[in-house]
Amino acid sequence: MIVLTINGQDRQIDAPDEMPLLWVLRDIVGLTGTKFGCGIAQCGACTVHLDGQPVRSCVLPVASAVGKKITTIEGIGATDIGKRVQQAWLGIEVVQCGYCQSGQIMSATALLAEKPSPTDADIDTAMSGNLCRCGTYVRIRAAIKQAATGQATLPQTIA
Amino acid sequence: MTSFVRPAHDDADLPNPSRRELLKRGGLVVAFMWLGGATRVLGLDNSTRIGENHPLFAPNAFVRVGNDGSVQLVMPNVEMGQGVYTAQAMLLAEELDVGLDQITVEHAPPNRKLYLNPLLGDQATGGSTTVRYCWTALRDAGAAARYMLVNAAAQRWKVDPSQCTVARGVVTHAPTGRTLPYGELADAAAKVTPPEKAPLKDPKDFQLIGKPMRRVDSSGKVDGSLIFGLDVRVPGMKIATVRACPTFGGRLASVDDSHARSIPGVLRVLKIDNAVAVVGEHYWAAKQGLDALVIQWDRGANAHLSTEQFFADMAHASEHGKPIVAKEVGHPDGAKGKTISSTYELPLLAHATMEPINALVHVRPDACDVWVGSQVVARCADIAAKVTGLPPESITIHNQYLGGGFGRRLFEESVGQAVAFGKQVDYPIKVVWTREEDIAQDCYRPAYYDRISATLDDNGKPVAWTHRTTGASVLASFAPPAMGKNGLDPDLVECAADLPYAIPNLRSEWVRHDFPEGMRVGWWRGVGPTHNVMVVESFVDELAHAAGKDPVAYRREILGEDPRVRGVLDLATEKAGWGKETLPPRHGRGIALAAPFGSYLCVIVDVEVSPQGVVSLKRAVAAVDCGIVVNPNTVEAQIQGGLVFGWSAALYSGITLKQGAVEQRNFNDYRVMRLNETPPIEVHIVPSKEKPGGIGEPGTVMAMAALTNAIFAATGVRLRKLPIDTSLLVKDKGALNEVLSATAPVDGAPANARNLS
Repeated sequence: MIVLTINGQDRQIDAPDEMPLLWVLRDIVGLTGTKFGCGIAQCGACTVHLDGQPVRSCVLPVASAVGKKITTIEGIGATDIGKRVQQAWLGIEVVQCGYCQSGQIMSATALLAEKPSPTDADIDTAMSGNLCRCGTYVRIRAAIKQAATGQATLPQTIA
Repeated sequence: MTSFVRPAHDDADLPNPSRRELLKRGGLVVAFMWLGGATRVLGLDNSTRIGENHPLFAPNAFVRVGNDGSVQLVMPNVEMGQGVYTAQAMLLAEELDVGLDQITVEHAPPNRKLYLNPLLGDQATGGSTTVRYCWTALRDAGAAARYMLVNAAAQRWKVDPSQCTVARGVVTHAPTGRTLPYGELADAAAKVTPPEKAPLKDPKDFQLIGKPMRRVDSSGKVDGSLIFGLDVRVPGMKIATVRACPTFGGRLASVDDSHARSIPGVLRVLKIDNAVAVVGEHYWAAKQGLDALVIQWDRGANAHLSTEQFFADMAHASEHGKPIVAKEVGHPDGAKGKTISSTYELPLLAHATMEPINALVHVRPDACDVWVGSQVVARCADIAAKVTGLPPESITIHNQYLGGGFGRRLFEESVGQAVAFGKQVDYPIKVVWTREEDIAQDCYRPAYYDRISATLDDNGKPVAWTHRTTGASVLASFAPPAMGKNGLDPDLVECAADLPYAIPNLRSEWVRHDFPEGMRVGWWRGVGPTHNVMVVESFVDELAHAAGKDPVAYRREILGEDPRVRGVLDLATEKAGWGKETLPPRHGRGIALAAPFGSYLCVIVDVEVSPQGVVSLKRAVAAVDCGIVVNPNTVEAQIQGGLVFGWSAALYSGITLKQGAVEQRNFNDYRVMRLNETPPIEVHIVPSKEKPGGIGEPGTVMAMAALTNAIFAATGVRLRKLPIDTSLLVKDKGALNEVLSATAPVDGAPANARNLS
C-alpha cells in the first residue's frame, strides 16, 4: 500500500511501484479526466502536476509521486490560475473534440504559474509537448494570453 | 418545399425504449423527420401513438419540452469535435425562442430506419453533412413547437396568439404583460393541433444563427468531467489490450503466454483468429502481459508487401488499367500547343485520433451491451449481433463522446473485435488499443497515383486537360449501392471532374486499384477532395509557372462563371496582401482555390524554408463562403483545425509498409503538427444567403496545395509527392554542413517541455 495525495486528498493505493501514475489515476482511483494518448510521453494528453510541475503521467512510475502533491484536471479549477485558464478556454471556445484539452490546460496552468506574462516563445516551449489532432493551437495560444492578461484576445463566445 | 403535418391523434408504435421513455415523461413532444429536405412535424401527447394509420410518417428526431421547462433534443448525429451539437441546438433554439443553455442534446440510439442520414444513406455522421441536411428540419420543428406552446398560452388567456411574444421560453401577452413559462404550457400544448407549416423567422431577425455561440459541450471538456468512450467504467469491468497480426490478412499461429500469466494483475489471455488480447485488473497489467507474450503469426499473402511495390502496382494500373471516365468535355486529346504533364503520389494515411480505439463490451448469453464513441452506431449494433449471434433487439449500444473522428470512427471493425473477445469472458471488458495498435491497424486513407496533363495555348491558357487518378475505392466496401452504374466511385473525382476553371476540353477519369485483400480502406478528413485539390491546385500552379504568370493572375484568367469562386479569391488575396510586397529570399506565398462540400474556399499560406530545408509556416489566410453561417465560431475553428490537420499530413504523416507491416509506431514516427509549428490563421467569412455548405472538412482539403505552392514560391522546388521530403528543399550542401558543425538541434524536432519525466 502506498499513499498518494491527489487534489488535496490522501488515498491509499494498492499498485506496483513501477505502474505509471496515469493508470493508477484512471483505472484504480477512477479519475478519468487525465487521458491516455500515446504511452511514451509524446502527446501530453496525460499531463498532471507533481508539486506544481507538469509531468507526463503515462511514463511516471507511481512510486515517484509518493510524498508529492498530485494535481489533476479535476482539481486544477481549485487554483486561481487553473480557474482563470479554464475560463479563458471557455471564453474563446478552445475545445473541439476535447480529448487533449485536460493535458493542454495542465501545461498552460503550469506555464502561467511560472511565467505570469509568457511570451510567444515561452508558450511555444511550454505547449509544444501537447498534441491536438483537432488543431486548436491558434486558440490555445490566444487563451493562454487571455488568462495571463485578463484581456480578451479574440471575439468572445456568448451564451 | 412541402410540409406534411399530422394531427396529434396519430398512432404511436414506438419500438425503441428511449423513444418510449421520451414520450412517457409527458410535456410536449414534437416528432419530425427529414427526407431530402422535406420536413414533417408531429405533435404528441403522452397518450398518442404514431405509425399504424400513417405508415408514411416515421419521425426520426424528437424535441421534448418538459413540464419543468427543459428542452431536450434527440438527434441522430454524434459529436466528435465538429460542433454539431451546438449548431443543431442553435437551429432549434432560434425558432423555439429559448436560450441555447436551456436545451440538452442526447445521442439517438442505433436505429437506421429512424435516423437515416439521407446524404450518407446510413445512420452516420460524416461527409460534412450535418448542418446541410438539418438546416430546414430543425427550424421547422422549433417553429412548430413554438406555435403550439404560444397557442396553448393564448387559449388559456383567451387572447389572439399574435399578441404573444416569447423570450427564453417564457410567453408574454404583450398588451397585459401576463407571462407563462413553456413548462406550464407543455401539457396543454401537446393537445394543440400542430400547424400545417409554422412560419420561419426572417433571417434579419435571427437572434442566434450567425452569432458566435459557445459550444454546448465545452464545460465538461475543460474540467475533465466529460466522459469519452475510453472513460466509461462499469461495475466488475476488467481492462484488455490487443495485438493483431501486423500483416494485413494474416492469422495467429500460436502464442506462448506462460510468462504473461505470471504477471500480477493479468487475468486471462484471449485469442481470436487474427489477434490476441490480455485481460488485466487494469491497463498496466494488461499491457505488461501483452508485451510478455511470445506470438507466432502466419503472416499470410501480404507478408512481403512494401510501399515501393504498392506504388509500382499503382503506376502499372495507371498505365495499363481500364479507366472509368467521370467527365469528358470537348476533345481533350490531340490539342495543339505546349503540353505540360506531371505525376503526383499521395501516401496512405492513418487517422491517429487523440483517443485511441477502444470499446467496452459486456456479452451475456442473452444480451450484449457496448459502450463506444462511434460515427456509425447502427453498424456497431449490426456487428455485435453478428459476432454474438444474438438478435438485434438484444444489442444495446451506448454511444459516447468521440475523442476525434476524422473518418476513423466510421468503421466498426474494432467493435466486432472487442465483442469477439468479450464473448470469452463473463464480465465486462474494456478493450483499449495501444497507440501502436491504433496506427498499425487503422483503416487507411488510400494512396493515390495521379497523372495529369494540360495543353496551353499561346497565351498560356489551358485548352485541354486530362486527369487520370488511380487508387482504391472506399465507397465500394462502405456503401456499395452508392457506386455509380458504370462502376464509378464519385469520391475519387470530387473536385477533379468539376473544376472552378473554364477549360473547353477536359477528361477526368479513374483507374480502380483496390488494396490487397485483408487491408482496410478508410474515409479520412476531406476524403476525395483532399486528394484531388492537392493535385489540381498544384498543377494549376505548374501551369501558371509554365505560362510565366503570377498564380493569382493566372487563376483569374481561367476562372469559370461562378461568382462565389471569384468572391473567395478576391477576399483572400486582399486580406493576404497578395502581390503587395516582395518577400525575402526563401520565403514564399502559395494559394489554393476550390469548392468542396458545397462551400467555396481560398487559402493563402506564407512559408519560410531554411537553407537546410526545414519548412516554417508564417501565416495563413482563409476566405470561406459556406452559405448562411449558423455559428461563425465553429466555422473559424473548423477551418483552422482542418488546415492544421492537412498541413500535418503534408509535412510529416505517411504510412509506409515493409515486409507487409506498417512501419510507423507512435507519434514519434507518425508525426503531426505541434503548437510551436502552427502559424496565425485568419479566417474571413463571405456573407451569404445561400444554403449552408459543409465546414468540417474543407480546411483540410485546401491545406496541402496551398502549402506546397508556397514552398515552390520560396524554393522553386515543385513537390509532387507527400509527405514533403525536406532533403529536396536543401539550398546546397554547405547548408547541411553548417548544421552538422553546430551544436544546436535542428528546429522541427519535438520540443521537450520542462521537467518532464
